[in-house]
Amino acid sequence: MTLPTATAGVQALDIEKVRADFPALHQESHGHPLVYLDNAATTQKPRAVIDAVRTFYERDCSNVHRGVHLLSQRATVAFEQSRTAIKNHIGANDSREIVFTRSTTEGINLVAASFVRPRLEAGDEILISTMEHHSNIVPWQLLCEEKGAELKVIPINDKGEIILEEYEKLLSARTRIVGVVHVSNALGTINPVRQMIELAHSRGVPILLDGAQALPHLQVDVQELDCDFFVCSAHKAYGPTGIGALYGKREHLLEMVPYQGGGDMILSVSFDGTTYNEPPHRFEAGTPNIEGAIGFAEALRYLDEIGLESVAAHEADLLATATEAVTEVPGVRLVGSARDKASVLSFVIDGIHPHDIGTILDSEGIAVRAGHHCAQPVMARYGVSATVRASFGLYNTHQEIAALVAGLKQVKEVFA
Amino acid sequence: MSDMRDLYQEVILDHNKKPRNCYAMDCATRTADGHNPLCGDIVKVYLRIEAGIIKEISFQGHGCAICTASTSLMTESVKGKSVAKAKELFEVFHEMLTGVAEEQGVELGKLQVFEGVREYPVRVKCATLAWHTLNAAMDGDDESVTTE
Repeated sequence: MTLPTATAGVQALDIEKVRADFPALHQESHGHPLVYLDNAATTQKPRAVIDAVRTFYERDCSNVHRGVHLLSQRATVAFEQSRTAIKNHIGANDSREIVFTRSTTEGINLVAASFVRPRLEAGDEILISTMEHHSNIVPWQLLCEEKGAELKVIPINDKGEIILEEYEKLLSARTRIVGVVHVSNALGTINPVRQMIELAHSRGVPILLDGAQALPHLQVDVQELDCDFFVCSAHKAYGPTGIGALYGKREHLLEMVPYQGGGDMILSVSFDGTTYNEPPHRFEAGTPNIEGAIGFAEALRYLDEIGLESVAAHEADLLATATEAVTEVPGVRLVGSARDKASVLSFVIDGIHPHDIGTILDSEGIAVRAGHHCAQPVMARYGVSATVRASFGLYNTHQEIAALVAGLKQVKEVFA
Repeated sequence: MSDMRDLYQEVILDHNKKPRNCYAMDCATRTADGHNPLCGDIVKVYLRIEAGIIKEISFQGHGCAICTASTSLMTESVKGKSVAKAKELFEVFHEMLTGVAEEQGVELGKLQVFEGVREYPVRVKCATLAWHTLNAAMDGDDESVTTE
């Protein structure tokens, strides 16, 4: 699950060919060529994904699971094939283990509401880590408040790595679920999830992985990992916004109560009572984001075609180069320097606020994120309110890193 | 790059580096807290108002250069003025930043250095956080102010 340190045997990316696949990259921003380094927020979309979404609207647009007519049948087949594509990509056993959601956030809320809520009692515990995104904090906080349960937090070390001994100690007889981020959006840390899953299971505790940032960087295999739940979204992995997926072990999904009520999640309805549909449809009330699902599958197909090993090798190379170049700028301090890291570079510069850095970089056509990255507790852990984050995707280049460094030098000049 | 000099003028950089009236006031008659949730900027404004006149004003907090300099310059420009005059100044300042027709014969003085911010819509909140907070303090509104 880690980024390869050696690139031997891995097909190198043809970066020009890859960049040609992404229409949005070829534009100017404030009179400069766009340098898009905000991939952890969302990625640009390849032509194949845009075409897949367009084709749905131009040819197959219809509702799913209910029409007898040809277009509805085509839409249903395309939608369900997308589910299978996601199942295959993340190594699930059964397509019925894949639930379409709006987002990673919705996936976590769904597990909180339908799996954890019915089994949570006062005094029980939910265990998360310091480096969670707000989406893997707040749903649990709400639930704990409702039930009188307690939210426990796994500490991290100064490098931004989970302290496994502390994690082990925090796993108690009252722990009902562990929710942990696979790859941190704020720090880039790739967590030792395999070990964490084993430790949780050795105490009979189920575990949810927030895979939002893992999907574009790592080859995920949910069966090999043996996680109970894996949540992700398409838009971080070159797919459309507004669509995500929840993987849940079939045995869990079968015993879970519905999330929302409505059409498609029922088998029959009368005023005396309703029979719920089987998973995954039980959790998919209402007309789904059909074109999103189709675009999602196309994005994964695109990633598979390039090869995640090649992507990982390219991104590891970019990260190493950028880390060296950026830390050479005087006053730069990295936030997050885990040994095992995805291509996310979070940093601060002494005496200059990240928002000012973001504005000046933007004036040079460089798009980065400046802020707390929806992870305020981990910002607090480092004693900062915000950082600048440059996050790299499969289409970024060494020239773009040079542009970033030149931009940072301009920042220093303005604030000299 | 020249655009950046228009935004980050010398006066702004100077007030960012050495903010004026930056202290907690023991004898404040009014205080208010302001918060920009988007970027985490936080400012607390302290006022000592006597007979409708802002006798003393100070602030504490942390934020970007635009926010810090705007707060610092605001304290200088409203000190000694009446509450009514300070509110008028805020109105004119706000209009300068949001592009609505300006005049009314109110001189912005040094506050004019923030004119460049109007070209950066996402940064307008940085420049106005302190003023919204001041407004809340003058109104005796204890609720925390946010720019969202």
